[in-house]
Formats: sequence, structure tokens, C-alpha cells
Amino acid sequence: MPESAVKLAARLRAKEISAREVMEDLIPRLEARNRDLNAYVTLCPDQARKQAEEIDNRRAKGEELSPWAGLPIGVKDVICTQGIRTTCSSRMLETFVPPYDATVVRKLKEHGFLIVGKTNMDEFAMGSSTENSAFFTTRNPADLERVPGGSSGGSAAAAAAGIPALTLGSDTGGSIRQPAAFCGCVGLKPTYGRVSRYGLIAFASSLDQIGPFAQTVEDTAMLLGVLAGQDPMDATSIPGPVPDYLAGLHGDIRGTRIGIPGEYFAEGLDPEVRAEIEKGIKTLEGLGCEVVEVNLPHTEYGIAAYYFTCTAEASSNLARYDGVVFGHRANESGDIVEMAAKTRAEGFGAEVKRRIMLGTYVLSSGFYDAYYLKAQRVRTLIKRDFEKAFGKCDLIVTPTTPTTAFKAGEKTSDPLEMYLSDVYTTTINLAGVAGLSVPCGKDSKGLPVGMQIISPVLGEENLLQVAHQFQLAHAC
Amino acid sequence: MPEFEPVIGLEVHTELNTASKVFCDDPTVFGAEPNTQVSPISLGLPGVLPVLNRAAFEKALKTAIALGCEIPERTTFDRKHYYYPDLPKNYQISQQYEPLGTKGAVDIHLKDGSTKTIRINNIHLEEDAGKLIHPDTPAARGLSWVDLNRAGMPLLEIVTEPDIDTLEELEVFMQTLRSILRYLDVSDCKMQEGSLRFELNLSMRPVGAKELGTKTEVKNVGSIKAVLRAARYEIKRQSELLEAGERVIQETRLWDDDRGETRSMRSKEVAKDYRYFPDPDLPAVRISADWMGRIRAELPELEDAKRRRFVAEYGIPEYDAGVLATDRALADYFETCCRMHASPKAFSNWIMVELLRELQNREMEIEDCPLTAPRLAELVRMVEQGTISNNIAKDVLKEVMETNESPARIVESKGLSQVSDEAALLAVVHEVIAANPGPAQDVREGKEKALGFLMGQVMRKTQGKANPGVCKALLERELGSG
Repeated sequence: MPESAVKLAARLRAKEISAREVMEDLIPRLEARNRDLNAYVTLCPDQARKQAEEIDNRRAKGEELSPWAGLPIGVKDVICTQGIRTTCSSRMLETFVPPYDATVVRKLKEHGFLIVGKTNMDEFAMGSSTENSAFFTTRNPADLERVPGGSSGGSAAAAAAGIPALTLGSDTGGSIRQPAAFCGCVGLKPTYGRVSRYGLIAFASSLDQIGPFAQTVEDTAMLLGVLAGQDPMDATSIPGPVPDYLAGLHGDIRGTRIGIPGEYFAEGLDPEVRAEIEKGIKTLEGLGCEVVEVNLPHTEYGIAAYYFTCTAEASSNLARYDGVVFGHRANESGDIVEMAAKTRAEGFGAEVKRRIMLGTYVLSSGFYDAYYLKAQRVRTLIKRDFEKAFGKCDLIVTPTTPTTAFKAGEKTSDPLEMYLSDVYTTTINLAGVAGLSVPCGKDSKGLPVGMQIISPVLGEENLLQVAHQFQLAHAC
Repeated sequence: MPEFEPVIGLEVHTELNTASKVFCDDPTVFGAEPNTQVSPISLGLPGVLPVLNRAAFEKALKTAIALGCEIPERTTFDRKHYYYPDLPKNYQISQQYEPLGTKGAVDIHLKDGSTKTIRINNIHLEEDAGKLIHPDTPAARGLSWVDLNRAGMPLLEIVTEPDIDTLEELEVFMQTLRSILRYLDVSDCKMQEGSLRFELNLSMRPVGAKELGTKTEVKNVGSIKAVLRAARYEIKRQSELLEAGERVIQETRLWDDDRGETRSMRSKEVAKDYRYFPDPDLPAVRISADWMGRIRAELPELEDAKRRRFVAEYGIPEYDAGVLATDRALADYFETCCRMHASPKAFSNWIMVELLRELQNREMEIEDCPLTAPRLAELVRMVEQGTISNNIAKDVLKEVMETNESPARIVESKGLSQVSDEAALLAVVHEVIAANPGPAQDVREGKEKALGFLMGQVMRKTQGKANPGVCKALLERELGSG
């Protein structure tokens, strides 16, 4: 049975258990399990215990608290936490302690969530296996020899292992959904602009989005409700009210049209994954959904358009790491040029350097039109593909990944091979729509398979509703 | 050997006078302690995002409208990349692809009475960088310190077409543009504080030729005076090269104000690929017809209109009106004086002659002047009421500039009130006549010159406080010459 934070919150509200007791149960379990998983870069149990006591005291005094007050949560180490070091799993920020909270962290605190630590990731969110962390590799709780996926591998592994069952990740090309699929938990990449990016250390600003990991869709819906909403600090956040995602979960989904794009079931898809997804689609049909065929014809250009876009933006976003104001600074530099060059040579790992170089090239005068602008035109075509497809269906269902989790070290020597593990997820970021990965059976090795459900812009309510009823109906 | 003539274009950077920075809410007070007007956003810390300051955008838009620019329906921001320690993100948010104004124009009035139009290529809004400080103490030698107070200040860049052909046009254009910016209340244009800066693009071509020559770009020019000196220097340098049959190299040169020369920047610094691309953190700004209309309605009376009104409303000469209207603060100063005391011609004289000279000598802006409009009104009223003489008033004005005291207090504390009391003055007049029998005799014989001499003596004995009218009448009466 998956762990439910929503149920735990109900017990907290009923005073059947105190926040302090939740912590005393969690922390030893977390520390023990984390020795195998290496899911966390930084743990802050003392701070979490102290905050748990505060919540208990306030509850005892009869103060009105958020319904979720006292729930523990892990936060990906790409999201700024005031007073807790935020490293992006990079030598560059190994000692960086932000003087401010990300908007989502501020919201978590306002709701009384207790941050237990910062989770490991691919350096600067660049990677698909968490093997690009400058510190250590995180392991998949389903099989310790395998990667948890990435870049939010620490958050996915923690959520799947219940240490705790709620975590935050970020998703630029699949970095929430792919590790959720690999580890066997739920992961949501919301519509671009649904959740504030203020305080999310930028990788590719036009694609990045913060989202929740959980063991249940219900918890995912609860956490999205906390995170979502327009933020005056983020000009790209979307205005308008946030629906009550939890209340909507039980609505009637009969007649929902599920689009199946042939392009996502083509060559390269592992037959066992395909078989599990097909079973998943049957379950949806059993729930009264109607399956229709749709086309997303520009899918094959998605990976190329994605890498041109994200590397270009990364080369710009990562220019600030020069050792002047914050972060690592190289010793013994002769002049400012040497200082920046040495600082960056020492502070960044190989994949980050590779992407900065690619992106610098993409934006160079003489290449800008051929690479960056062309990628933006492809992006527009992909966006239109989705708009057209959503004219025929309400949601789209695909596999989240072409294979289940691979072994550590298996793909590290071939970056292109690694990039292809995001083949089904990057287009969703390019289009700016929402995508969720929900557990959908296991392959013959017992490894989790993830089914991706995609909604139009701001279609999270319907998306979560169908995913929730699917999760309850589908025997894993 | 052909004669050469210059072709000049300008890039003008002006800091907008908003209360907060262009993409965050840091304050913008000039001269604060280093790194005290900063925040995670202006420091470019990991994770922060820019949000456009609407007031800064409206000031930029107002300027673009006032300069007759074409305003697009949408305008966007781009990132301009270069590495420098005073640029925290190592990119500057600017506008390259869709600036907020294009194809504007500024009319300038030249000495010969003609008017010329200088075209504006584009106007765009961007953020300023910080400053490097090179400490001069032995312990800190070779170090550079970074002050980021200025980082993120709103900067408006106005780029002209190469329409300026003479130094006179160059000077008048800069003065006219400065006047417009101050009239619009978009910038203080205080050159000493760097809120108005210039980059000069200059090339030479044979007189009458159509084709442009190779241009140089001169950076680091901080004042109108310096631009004129730099232009003069470049005209001479390039002409000498061309006359010697050599070529001008297309390059960026730095103006050295102390040495009065431009010099080449190292080629490494010139080789530039800014890798512009649209800033994904800032959505396009849509400029609706409504918004445009509202801003257009807020445009203040500009220089030409004000000059005409001053002649009609205050009855001052065209020339006076022209001088007073060159600057909005000066014009406001004049009108404040007139509201307090109805002597427009006296005020325009005092402002044009005494006040402007004092300001120029002290390199001071009118806003910072200790002789405020109410104080000048008080001074002029004292002259007109006969409390002090015109000459004493000039001394009082200087004293106000020095001490920041009010004119009335200075007159009182120094005992400068004019003596108009006949009885008091008569004793002095008798004394002077007795001491100067020769000139006294001359006056009796009708020699006007001698009367002036005796007046001077009376003034000396009274430290200038004698009422000249009363004094003259007394002398004439006593010497029977009147």
C-alpha cells in the first residue's frame, strides 16, 4: 500500500499523532535507508524536530493551522532554502547558503511543512541518472544497482522509499517524470507558469518547472494546491485562481477521451514497457474512458529542439558563476579573466561544461538563426501538434520512458544515449503543457514502469482526476 | 588634397530617475555606501528572477513618444552577454530585437536661425552595471573592489543616426536632448553623477562625398564638454591620418579626459559577440492604444512651447525666454520667482546674469542651488523696496551661495541695509565736500564727471550702503549744480 501524506495529515489534525512523533519515526528510518540510497546531499533533522515542536505547540494552543501542518518533506537541492545550503550537487555551490527562500519554500513553511533535507540531483539538473552529481550517485530503491533516473533522482528515490513520501523536484525535460517512472512513484510537471520559479536555480528558464513527488496521486494533488499560483516575483507565472485539486479527484471520468500518439509507441520502446502501458490503457478503458488515436508529427525533432534550447539558456544562466559575488572562487588568480576561467574550470563538472559549450555555440553570431531560432520554430510546431491533438482528446497517454531503470555506469560514457532516455518527456516542456508519471506495473525484472498522462495548459484538475482513479483501479 | 568633414552619431545613456531599480525594488539613491543598495536580485544570486518596473518602462515609453518614435504593439527584452566583474549575471538585460521605440527625431535650432532634424535610430530600456573601485592604499594595491549599488539601475539608451555634421550641431543636439529629458522628468541628467553618458561614433569623409568613411567609437565620455573635446580630437586625428594617405582603423577608443586624448582599446576587448537572445524570464510587454494615449496626455509642455508662452505671458524678451526655457528646472525656477513677486524682467536678468554664472563656476545644478527661488524673490523685493542697492544685492547673492543663509538674514546680520535717511547722509556729504575742494569746485562749474567721483567717496565712507538716489540729490543740492 502506498503511503499517504493526506491520511497522515488527518491523524495530525485529530491529534492521534504529534509532528514530533512523526519526526522521531521518520528520522532514524530516513538516516538508515539513506545510507543505501544516498538520496540526500544535506539533512537537517535538528531543525525539522524543532519546527515539529513548534507546530505541536501551536496546535496545542488551538491556533488555526494549515491542514497540512506537520508533514515532513524533502526538497531538491536546486531550490533555494534560506539558511540551508543549496548546492545544485555542484562543487560550484558546495558552500552556498542562500539568504532567501524560494517562493515554493516560503509556501511550504507557511503551510507548516517540515523540511528534512535537500535531495541529490544531477549537477545543475543536467542529466537523467543523478550520476552527474559532483558528490555521489543516488541508488534506485527498487534495485540498488540501478540509477533512480534524473535529474531529480534524490527526490524520486526518497519519495518512493517513503523518506518522506513527499518531495519537491524540478523538471526541464523530464527530470521529475523520468525518475518517478524509474523509482515507482508519482511525479508531476505542472503547466509552465503554474508554479513560481522564484528561487529555483535556473537551468533552462523557458522549460524549468517545479513539481511534486509522492506515492499517491492524491498527495500529488494536495501538494500542487500548496505550490501553485501566480507570484509577483516571477513574471512568467500564470494569473488566475488555483482550483481545489483534491476536491476534484473523485469526479466522473467516464467519457474522457484519451489520445494515444503512435509516435510514442514506435521503435526504441522496450516491448515489456509497451505491454505494461497497453494494460494501463485497458484499465482506463475499464474506467469508462474512450481511447482515440492522435498524431504528434513533430515529435522526432523534439530532442534536437530541446537540446538547442536548453543548452542555449543554460550557457546564459550559468554565466553568473564567476567567483565574484558567491560560490566557489579559485585561489591564486592573476587577473579577473583568469579568476573566472579557473573558477569555472574547477567548479563545474563535465556534463555542465559540455552543455555550456554547446549553448555558447548555439547562440554565437552566425549560428543563432540556424540553431536557436530554428529550434524555436520547431518548438512552435510541437506546441501546435499538442493544440491540434487536444482538439480530439482531453488527455494524452504515453510511456514516460522507453525503458525501465538502467544500471549505474551503463550510459555514462555516451551522452547521446543518455539524452534519449528523455525522448518521451522533453516535448511536454517544449509545449509548456502538464505531464504526470504514475506507476503502471513492473517489467519482468520487477522494475517499475511509468505511464505518462499529458494535459493541455492548466488542465491539471482533469489530469489528476484521471490519474487518481487510474491509480486506485490499476493493480501494480 | 581633398578637404574632410566629420560625420557623427551618438549613443546616449541616461539613468532614469525612478525610486527603485528596473528589475527589482532596490532603492536608487546616489552616493550610498558601497553595496548597500543591493538585494539577491541585483546581486544576481542563483535562483532570482527579474520583474519589470512599470514606472521605469513608462518613463522610457514617454521619452520614445516625446521623441516622435514609432512605438510597436509589443516590445521584448534580450540578454546581452559579456564577462565583467561589475556585471553580476555576466549578461545585461537590454533590448536588441524589439526595442520600444524606433525612427524618432530631434529638431535642433542653430545659431544662424536654421533648424535641423537629427534622426533617432532607436530607444531602448536596459539595466546598468555596477562599478569597479581600484583602491589606492598600499595594502590593497592591485586589488579591485566591486560596488553593485548601480547594478540594475534603469538605463535608457538613445541611438542617433549619423546625422550630425558639425561641432555646433553636436553641442546643440546634446543640450536639446538633455533639456527634453529633464522636461519629461525622466532623468536628472546629472553628468557629475553619471546619469547622462555618451558614446561618440565619428568618421571623416571628403567634403561633398556621399559614402561614409571608417568610423571609430569613443567610449567613456562623461559630459557635453568632454564629448566636444573628444570629437575635436578625433576629427584632427582622423584628418591627419587621411591627409597622410593612411587609413582609419574601425575600432573602439577610450577617451582620457585628463590627457585630452582618445586611445585604442586592446583588440581583445573589442572582439565582441554578445550572443543576444530573448530573455526567457521576461514576457513581451504589450503596449495598448489606451496606455499610449494616457502617456501622451501626460506629456509636459516642452521647450519651444514654453519659450513662446514666456514671451506672451511675462512680457520678457524673446532672447530671455529662450535662455530660461532651455531647462525645465530653470524655467520652473523662474516661474516660481514670478509667482512670489511680479517682476519678471528683474528675475530673468538676475537668473541669466548672476545666477547662471554662479552655477557654472560652482558646477552646480539649479536643484542643488542654495539660492532657491523664494530667496531670489526676497532679494529682488529688497532691491525694489530700496532696502539694499543693486550692488549690495550681488554681494548678498554670493553670500547666500557660500553660506546657505537667507538674504534677509545676511542683510540684517551684516548691517547691509541701505541708508536713505537724508539727515544721516548729509553729514557724510559735508565731510566729503570739505575733504575734496577741487572736485567740489568742478561740480559747481558743471563738470558731471566730478559728481561721480564724489558719489564714490560717499559710498566708500558708508561701505556702499548709501542710497545712491538720495546721495546724488544731496550732493547736487549742496553744490548748487542741480
